[in-house]
Amino acid sequence: MRNAVSRLGAWAINAVWRLGFAARFFFGLLAYSGQSFRRFRGLTMREIYMSGVLSLLIIMVSGLFVGLVLGLQGFETLQRFGSSDALGTLVALSLTRELGPVVAGLLFASRAGTAVTAEIGLMKTTEQLKAMDMMAVNPVSRVVAPRFWGGVFAMPLLAALFSAMGVFGGWLIGVVLIGVDGGSFWSQMQAAVDFRYDIVNGVIKSFVFGVAVSLIAVFEGWDCVPTAEGISRAITRTVVSSALAILALDFVLTSFMFRELS
Amino acid sequence: MNRSTIDLGVGVFVVIGIVALLFLSLKVGNLGGEKIQQPYQLHARFDNIGGLKVRAPVKASGVLVGRVTDIRYDTEHFQASVTFSVDGRYAFSRDTFATINTAGLLGEQYVALKPGGDEQNLKSGDTIMKTQSAMVLEDMIGRFLFDKASEGAQGGK
Repeated sequence: MRNAVSRLGAWAINAVWRLGFAARFFFGLLAYSGQSFRRFRGLTMREIYMSGVLSLLIIMVSGLFVGLVLGLQGFETLQRFGSSDALGTLVALSLTRELGPVVAGLLFASRAGTAVTAEIGLMKTTEQLKAMDMMAVNPVSRVVAPRFWGGVFAMPLLAALFSAMGVFGGWLIGVVLIGVDGGSFWSQMQAAVDFRYDIVNGVIKSFVFGVAVSLIAVFEGWDCVPTAEGISRAITRTVVSSALAILALDFVLTSFMFRELS
Repeated sequence: MNRSTIDLGVGVFVVIGIVALLFLSLKVGNLGGEKIQQPYQLHARFDNIGGLKVRAPVKASGVLVGRVTDIRYDTEHFQASVTFSVDGRYAFSRDTFATINTAGLLGEQYVALKPGGDEQNLKSGDTIMKTQSAMVLEDMIGRFLFDKASEGAQGGK
């Protein structure tokens, strides 16, 4: 009994310690971010390419399929109430408000976040980071910060692309395949979707998720146990923590952003 | 990795990302489609606003002329006070009639303006005097049942 309680205590102390360490790491990262902007073309551009451009395919294909499924399921449900014209509203609102940022964030964490964790973790294991430090090159400003900012920059664009592909997929199913009237599809969508309320809030969400996922990815790589097993555990933790962080943050952000309507 | 390949890839990425954002803003969100120019404020007091919400449309003959900006309860008159901004291109006579209507049977509620014959127009900050509340389905059903019941009582005599 006493053993179990002290194990719980040790776990709690460790969790709080890690959280504090991550926060300190975050502020250190921000303090050493100067170089990622001064040498944007040399350092950060490569990371945008790695996490943004190489994620394009999975984001676009997933967005299209999510839109196709939303179109089919939405039509099936809406036509029971005789309101299949509202399909455009359903697809656009669910994508711009929730699915776009959240699903793009989850895909981004598993496609780009894991790569960043693995890269930094392997650099730590093979003592490349220490070697950099010995050569008076700060590894945070040279390795960690560009990867962080690359992810933060890429994520909102990927989420917008996901939503746009989803709306296109919903249009493809609804208008082209099933034959919902195209005019009412777009006009009902445009009447219901507000620029400030729905689209800007969606972009803010995707930006916040980009910060969270990128921070978790670089932190887990930086903090990993420098062994082969340690790297694999760090990558697993990146995916798990990112998914939990995205879903929890999404709930918090939604409850602040969309409270007027309730 | 070649630097020019990276530059090209990031360039393409940024361009299609911005195109997606523009598509969402312009085609999905209809930004710039319906702009209210030089808006002026009008007030109206209703006994019952039903399910009217802030940002609900204000229409005249079915044309969108403004949006509801504020809804509050007026403790002086014990009525709901609704403020809406109306496009400056449209003027309404002082005896304009404001009604809360429903689009379709169960659709969203909006404020409908019906101009009267007065020669003077409403100015910014004016209050519309003639209003009609939202119809409440429960009240209508209640009245209908009451009528039926009283008919039945008379028939029994």
